[in-house]
Amino acid sequence: MPEPPYGPDAAVSEAGAGGATDLALDEGQAREEGSGGGPPDPGPAGRPRSLWSDARRDLRRNPVFVVSGLVIVFLVVISLWPSLIASGNPLHCDLGKAQEGSRPGHPFGFDGQGCDVYTRTVYGARTSVTVGVCSTLGVALLGSVLGGLAGFFGGGWDALLSRITDVFFGIPVVLGGLVFLSVVTSTTVWPVIGFIVLLGWPQIARIARGSVITVQQNDYVQAARALGASNSRMLLRHVAPNAVAPVIVVATIALGTYISLEATLSFLGVGLRPPAVSMGIDISAASSYVRNAPHMLLWPAGALAVTVLAFIMLGDAVRDALDPKLR
Amino acid sequence: MRGATHAKWAACALAAALAATACGGGGNGGGGGASGVVSSSWGDPPNPLEPANTNEVQGGKVLDMLFRGLKRYDPKTGEARDWLAERIDTTDSRNFTVTLKDGWTFSNGEKVTAKSFVDAWNYGAHLKNNQRNAYFFTYIEGYDKVHPEEGEATADTLSGLKVKDDRTFTVRLTQKFSTWPETLGYNAFAPLPRAFFDDHDAWLAKPVGNGPYTVESYTRGSVMSLRKWDQYPGEDKARNDGVDLKVYTDNNIAYTDLTAGNLDLLDDVPASQLRNVRADLGDRYINTPAGIIQTLAFPYYDKRWNADGMEKVRKGLSMAINRQQITDTIFQKTRTPAKDWTSPVLKEEGGFDDGLCGDACEFDAAEAKRLVDEGGGIPGGTLRLTFNADTGSHREWVDAVCNSINNALGNDRACTGNPVGTFADFRNEITGHKMTGPFRAGWQMDYPLIQNFLQPLYYTNASSNDGKWSNEEFDRLVDEANAEAEPVRAAEKFKDAEEVVRDEMAAIPLWYQNGSAGYSDRISNVALNPFSVPVYDEITVG
Amino acid sequence: MGRYVSRRLLQMIPVFFGTTLLIFLMVNVMGDPVAGLCGDRRCDPATAARLRVEFGLDQPVWQQYATYMGNVFTGDFGTAFNGQKVTELMGTAFPVTVRLAVVAVVFEVVIGISLGVLTGLRRGRPADTGVLLVTLVVVSVPTFVTGLLLQLLLGVKWGIVAPAVSSMATVDELLVPGLVLASVSLAYVTRLTRTSVAENARADYVRTAVAKGLPRRRVVSRHLLRNSLIPVVTFIGTDVGALMGGAIVTERIFNIHGVGFQLYQGIVRQSSQTVVGFVTVLVLVFLLANLIVDLLYAVLDPRIRYA
Repeated sequence: MPEPPYGPDAAVSEAGAGGATDLALDEGQAREEGSGGGPPDPGPAGRPRSLWSDARRDLRRNPVFVVSGLVIVFLVVISLWPSLIASGNPLHCDLGKAQEGSRPGHPFGFDGQGCDVYTRTVYGARTSVTVGVCSTLGVALLGSVLGGLAGFFGGGWDALLSRITDVFFGIPVVLGGLVFLSVVTSTTVWPVIGFIVLLGWPQIARIARGSVITVQQNDYVQAARALGASNSRMLLRHVAPNAVAPVIVVATIALGTYISLEATLSFLGVGLRPPAVSMGIDISAASSYVRNAPHMLLWPAGALAVTVLAFIMLGDAVRDALDPKLR
Repeated sequence: MRGATHAKWAACALAAALAATACGGGGNGGGGGASGVVSSSWGDPPNPLEPANTNEVQGGKVLDMLFRGLKRYDPKTGEARDWLAERIDTTDSRNFTVTLKDGWTFSNGEKVTAKSFVDAWNYGAHLKNNQRNAYFFTYIEGYDKVHPEEGEATADTLSGLKVKDDRTFTVRLTQKFSTWPETLGYNAFAPLPRAFFDDHDAWLAKPVGNGPYTVESYTRGSVMSLRKWDQYPGEDKARNDGVDLKVYTDNNIAYTDLTAGNLDLLDDVPASQLRNVRADLGDRYINTPAGIIQTLAFPYYDKRWNADGMEKVRKGLSMAINRQQITDTIFQKTRTPAKDWTSPVLKEEGGFDDGLCGDACEFDAAEAKRLVDEGGGIPGGTLRLTFNADTGSHREWVDAVCNSINNALGNDRACTGNPVGTFADFRNEITGHKMTGPFRAGWQMDYPLIQNFLQPLYYTNASSNDGKWSNEEFDRLVDEANAEAEPVRAAEKFKDAEEVVRDEMAAIPLWYQNGSAGYSDRISNVALNPFSVPVYDEITVG
Repeated sequence: MGRYVSRRLLQMIPVFFGTTLLIFLMVNVMGDPVAGLCGDRRCDPATAARLRVEFGLDQPVWQQYATYMGNVFTGDFGTAFNGQKVTELMGTAFPVTVRLAVVAVVFEVVIGISLGVLTGLRRGRPADTGVLLVTLVVVSVPTFVTGLLLQLLLGVKWGIVAPAVSSMATVDELLVPGLVLASVSLAYVTRLTRTSVAENARADYVRTAVAKGLPRRRVVSRHLLRNSLIPVVTFIGTDVGALMGGAIVTERIFNIHGVGFQLYQGIVRQSSQTVVGFVTVLVLVFLLANLIVDLLYAVLDPRIRYA
C-alpha cells in the first residue's frame, strides 16, 4: 500500500483499492474522506455527540430517510410475523393452477408449480431481510474489529491484514459463491450468510482501518496519547466513536447489495435451496417462463428491488447526514 | 447559460451510445452460415469425442454424423439394420462371424476393414485408454484381462476378437446372447481409421470417420462445422451441404435465437417454452417418442428401504404421484405417463406393454395414503428426493412430484426436493451409497432392446443398478431370456422379469420422455430418431 | 517511483499464492469429479482409478497444488476433462471477455462520467434528483433481472437486437450485454462523479479560478474535472478485474462463450484445472490493474509522491 503523506487521501486510496469488490457501493467509501477527515467540532473527549445529534435532526427532516425507514420497518415487521398479511402456506401448491394470473385472494397469481406468488413473496422477503441483516452484522463486526485493530496498532499486523484482504478481493464474488456454495447441501440461510461474511469483511476492514488511521491523526487523539491514556481507553473512548460513522454508512448500503447477491446466487442455483422460500429462487424459477407468465417474475423481482432500494436509500440518507462537508 | 452546453454534450453522448446500441441490433439475420448449411444447437461435450468415450447425447450427435457402424438403427422404427455388415452369422448365439460390405472407406481415403473394427474395439475396451464406454465390450471374451475390476491389465487385446481377412472377423462372447448383434448400432462399436492411433491429438482436434459428414473446423466449446462428404458410399448421403453445431449456454437462449431466426434447429425445446411453442413455430415443432424413461430409484443398501413391507410404501408413493397432471402442466404433454419400465419405442413385439404397471402407476390419493401407512410410513418421516440441479431442469418436476405426494398424503412436509449442486457430486453420492431416499434415475436406451431397459438397471450388481436392488428370481428370468434364441420369446421372458420389478416396485416409473425439436422455416424434413437425436442427413434446406 | 513499484510487485507474490491456494482448496472441497465423467452410470472402478491418476487426483492436496503451480510457471495450465489444454480454452475465452469488459468500461466512462458531471454541477435540481433516482433503481435491481428483461424486450418482443450473441462475439453484438454488465458500476460511476464534482466545486482552488475570471468551461475541464476524476479513475481501474470475473451472469444470459462461461462449465464439471487456471489469470489482471491505478494516481494528483 502506498502511504500518502496526509490523512484524507489515505482514505481515498484505501477506498480505491477496495473498489474492486462489487459487494457494496464503492462511492460510499470514497466519500468517507469527508466525514472522517474533518469532523466539524471534535469537541472535548467524551462528548462526541454533536455529529450524531446533528445527524439525527437532519435525518428526521429528510423525506428519503422517512420513506425508506417506513418501508424497512414494514419489511422487518412482516419478516417477524409474515402471517399478518399472508394467511396462506408458501409450501402449499396446486399444480392445477400453475401459471394462472391474479384473482381475488391471490393478487399476484400463481407460479409454475401453482403456488401462490403473493404468499411466497412475503415469506421470501423474510428470508431476504434475514440474509441481509445477519450478513451485514457479521461483516460489520468482523470487518471493523479486524480493520480497526490493524489501523490502530499498525506495523506487522497491519501488513498481514492488508495482504489477507488483497487475497479476498482478488476472488470474484459470484465465482467464489459458485465454487464455495455448490458443496453445501443445507437448506438453511446460514451457508449463504457465512459466505457473504467471508467475502464481505475485507471491505469493511479497509474502511475501518482507513477511518481509524485518519481519526488517530486528530489533535485530540494525539493529546490523549500524550497524556498517557492506555491503548484500550484510547481505542474505546476516542478512536472508535469517531471512526465508526463510515462503517455504519457502508454497512447499511452493503445490506441492500447483500440481499441482491443472495438472489443472484440463487439464480445461479447455488444460493438458498428449496424448501427455503426466497425471492431469488422464485425469480430464477420464473426467468424461463418470462414470456408466458411475466407476473411470476415481475412481482418477486419488484419486491426484491423495493427491499434493496429501501436499504440503499437509508444508507444514502445516513451518509448525507453524517457527512458534514455537504451540508 | 454555460451549464447548458455541458448538458447538451452529455445528452449527445448518451444519445450516441443508445443509437450505437440500437444500430448494433439486427445483424446476422439469416440462419447463420452458408446457404445449404443447417445451424443446429449443441452442448459442449464433456468428454473427448472418441466413439467409445462418448456417453451422452451431445457427443453422440457428432458421432452419428461422422460414423457408420456394422448396424444402423432405422431413424423411424429403431430396427437394427445391417449397414457396414454384409451379414453377421452365428449358430450358437455365442460365436459370431462378421462379414463386411465392400467399398466403404474413411473420408481420408483409408479402406474400412475388419481390422478397423477390431482395433477400435480393442482400444475401447482397454483399461489404459480410459474409455467411459468400455463396459460395452464386457460380453466379449477376454474383457476381464484387458479391463480388470482392479489392478493392471494382463492382456493387450480382447481374446474373443479374431481378424480372418480384410472383410471378416469373428467374435466369441463369454455367454449366450442371442440379440447381441442388435447392440452393434451403438456408437461405441464404430470403426476407427489408422490416423486415430497414429496421431491421436490431431485426430481429436479434427476427427475423421466414415459417415456422411466430415469435420471442416472445430472450435472446442463453441462451434463445430461439419460438411457433406461427397464421396460417401452409403445410401444415407447428406441431403444438405453441412451442419454447423453451435454451443449454447442455455437451451432457453437457443430457443430465443431460433425464434429470432439465428438458428435453424433446436433439439430438446425447454419445458418452459412449450406453452408458446405452437404460437412461435406453428407446425415447425415436432415431438416424437424416444427411448427414454424417467424413474425414481431407491437406496436398497439402506436397511430401512429394504425392510419387509416397504414395497407397499413404494407402491403407495407411486400412486401418490399424479403423472397425468405433471406431464400435462410441467411438460405440456411432451412426456407420457409411464405404464411400464421400458419405452413405447420398443413396440409391443419388442416387449413394451402399457398394461404392465396397472393400478400401481395410477394416481389414487386415498389408496396411496392407505398403502404408505400400512407399509409403516416413510422412513424418517420425510422423503428427500435427490436430484442434480445443474442440468436438465429437474427441479421443476421434482417440486411437482413432491407437491403431489404432499397433497396426497395431506402433509406439506412429507416430501422435499434435495438438489445436489453438480452432476459429479450427484454421481458421487450415488456411487458412494450415500442416498437416504429416492433419487432421480433417467435411462436413455443404448439400443432398442427390452434387455437394455432391464438388465443394466435391475440385475444384481449391474453397471447402472445404482440402488443395489437384487432379486434372485429376476436374475434367473433375465438369464433365461438372454439364452432364448428366438427374439420374440426372449422379449416375453424379459416381460416376466419386468413383472418381478413391478411386484417389488423396485423403482417408480414416472414418464416416457419424448424427443422434441423446433426448426426454422429455412429447413424441412426434420425428424428425430428413437434416441432423440435429429436425423441430420435427411434435412433439406430451402 | 521504481522502488515503490518493486515493493508493490513483491507484495503481490503472497497475495497471488494466497488467492490461488484458496481457490484450489475450494475446488478440491467440491469432491471427486471423476464420477461425473461416466454419465448416468457407475464408472467402473479401474477406469475411475486410472482417471484419478491421470489428473493427479490421487495425491494429497498440497502436493497437487505444488505440482500445479510448478507447471503454471512453465506455462502449462493443465488439461480440462474434455482433453483440451486450458491455455487453449483461455485463448478463445479471454479475447471475448476482454471485448465485453472494454464495451462495459466505455459505457461507464461515457455515460457514467457525463451524467455525473451534469448532475454534480446542478445538485438538487430536478435533473439531478431524477438521475439519482434512476441510479438507485439500477443498483437495486439485480443484474440478472435487468439482463433478462432487456433480452426479452429488445431481443424478443421488439426484435431490435439479436437476443443471443454468436460465437464470433463481435463488438456490436456485445453492446447490450456490455450495458447490462456495466449497469451497476455505471450507476456508481455516476454517483461517484456527482459527489466528487459537487465537493470540488466548492473548493478554494475552484473559487479562485472563477474569481480570476477564467471561463467556466476552462474551470470545469482543467481544474474541477481533473481533481474530481481521481476517485472515479480509481474505481473504474479496479472495476476492470471485477468486470471480467463478474461476467458469469451476463455471459450466461446472453450466450457469450467467454471467461464466465468457461468458469461455469469448469465448476459444474468440477474441473479444478480449468477453474484454478482462469482464476489465476483473473487474479493477475486484478493485481496489475490495482498497481496501474495507484500509479495513475500519482500522475493525476501531483501532491502524491511515491517513495
